[in-house]
Amino acid sequence: MNDSTVTDCPASPALKLKKRSRDPVLTQRLAFAFLFVSTLLIIVPVGLIIVIIVQKGLPGITWQFLSDIPRQGMRSGGIFPAILGTIYLVSGAIVFALPIGLLSAVYLSEYARGNFLTRLIKLAIVNLAGVPSVVYGLFGLALFVTFFKFGASILSGALTLGIMILPIIITASLEALESVPHSFREASRSLGASRWQTIRYVVLPNAISGIITGTILGLGRAAGETAPILFTVAAFYLPQLPGSIFDQVMALPYHLYVISTQVPNVDEKIRYGTALVLLAMVLFMNLAAVVIRCRFRKKKKW
Amino acid sequence: MRKLKEFLIEKLILFCGLASIFFVVLIFLFLLKEGLAVFKTVTPPQFLFGKSWYPISEPPHLGILPLILGSLMVTLGAALISIPIGVACAVYIAEVAPLKIKEILKSGIELLAAIPSVVLGFIGMVTLVPWIKSIFHLPTGLTALSGAVMLAFMAMPTIVSIAEDALYSVPKTYKEGALALGATHWQAIHRVILPAASSGIMAAVMLGIGRVIGETMAVMMITGNAAVIPHSILQPVRTLTATIAAEMGEAVVGSEHYFALFAVGIVLFVISFIVNVGADLFLHKKEQ
Repeated sequence: MNDSTVTDCPASPALKLKKRSRDPVLTQRLAFAFLFVSTLLIIVPVGLIIVIIVQKGLPGITWQFLSDIPRQGMRSGGIFPAILGTIYLVSGAIVFALPIGLLSAVYLSEYARGNFLTRLIKLAIVNLAGVPSVVYGLFGLALFVTFFKFGASILSGALTLGIMILPIIITASLEALESVPHSFREASRSLGASRWQTIRYVVLPNAISGIITGTILGLGRAAGETAPILFTVAAFYLPQLPGSIFDQVMALPYHLYVISTQVPNVDEKIRYGTALVLLAMVLFMNLAAVVIRCRFRKKKKW
Repeated sequence: MRKLKEFLIEKLILFCGLASIFFVVLIFLFLLKEGLAVFKTVTPPQFLFGKSWYPISEPPHLGILPLILGSLMVTLGAALISIPIGVACAVYIAEVAPLKIKEILKSGIELLAAIPSVVLGFIGMVTLVPWIKSIFHLPTGLTALSGAVMLAFMAMPTIVSIAEDALYSVPKTYKEGALALGATHWQAIHRVILPAASSGIMAAVMLGIGRVIGETMAVMMITGNAAVIPHSILQPVRTLTATIAAEMGEAVVGSEHYFALFAVGIVLFVISFIVNVGADLFLHKKEQ
């Protein structure tokens, strides 16, 4: 295209756009190609990571690997104490975070007015979500381990993880509660139900899927985090199982960190196997959340 | 009786509603409680701009400039890589991709967000680090560059999903107007949709960078952890986060080293606070 074809109607905005790039169609093709390549640059490595871990980790997964304690300085044996430790920590975190998170979401959706306090709470949630995970570790160390004298224990670790996943649970629950139509509440109130009865028997049952989804996503996040448990609970090497919530435990993410950086000459099979177990655990939870979300969405009556 | 029960429940709900504020304040107070003690030995400028970090020498050198520069170098590198690619990916998902592929791409991004950082660090160690070592003929692949690439990757889910939300919330009529005036699809994206979504995209970028600054495990595993002032992106560096994670285990409770690590925590907390409040302002600007 040459310039002479563009000059006959300079006032038209479309032609003004044209003037800046000689051939808009070609420009569009190039631009879209760039967008596409960028997308591939993100998506392809994600696929590769999963494929590599599954491919190299799968041969190492045996019943013995999953059920045995680590042996010979973690160079052989299994990872059972780490799996169990992570399950304990995640359960503890959710027991702490779910009630507080859920009630906090109820407050924001049902009671809060659009005032300064509400804005402040929302800002606090955003900030809580943005605090670096290692800072949670410091906080847990200062408050639970040192100040409350819980020591490095399941209790300290679970509470630290619980506070870390609080914003996830609040945000997801809030979204679920807010998606319940207003007319449901009005109908309930007009039948004489009190505010709390309305929440308890109308709003919460209708929001349950979103709440469960948020909870599972919180679980997944808690299972994968390492930095918050570094100084609050995680044991480098602890072949026996914990006896109480005041004991230290091994945890999967920390164990993976230890055998890939701190212990030399660990068999590749064990390292990839551990990575696969951790990844599978986290992805399974995410998948469960997606499935629940889809299933309930289909059932929705409004 | 029932009235009393409801009264108590409503008070409990209010109490939990305030929990987030309570915890943010509590975190900050406890960081201050443990961290401020370091300023008995060093002044704040000495701490922030001191050029050497030898926390266990006698007397200890507690200057965190090398750590700040390490964090800065890795973060800048990650931002340079992740912002263009992440925003481009968001535009592709929001505007260009066919509906079916869109869902697949979105779940791919969600998948990436779900992978624990220690797993990404591990994968970085066994793939990225050897590549960088052989491409640049370095003695070690554990460099700031490796960290920047990995962190760019980890910032993607944040940047893509928030930027995509922002693009999606641009009114359809804007695009239709541009197309009706004869603009091509790309011209409409470039000149109309992107500017209209700019504050949301800014927020996405800020939150992505916030994620990068706070990232700990992956960065500790692949940047080499040398607490010296870096001169090139192909050198090992140590970030603020990695310093805390690597050294807190050995620091004696109540020692200068221990206080200094908490003071590093204060620095991180303040940075993340500024980033998050800033991003929140951008998001609210969009709403008005």
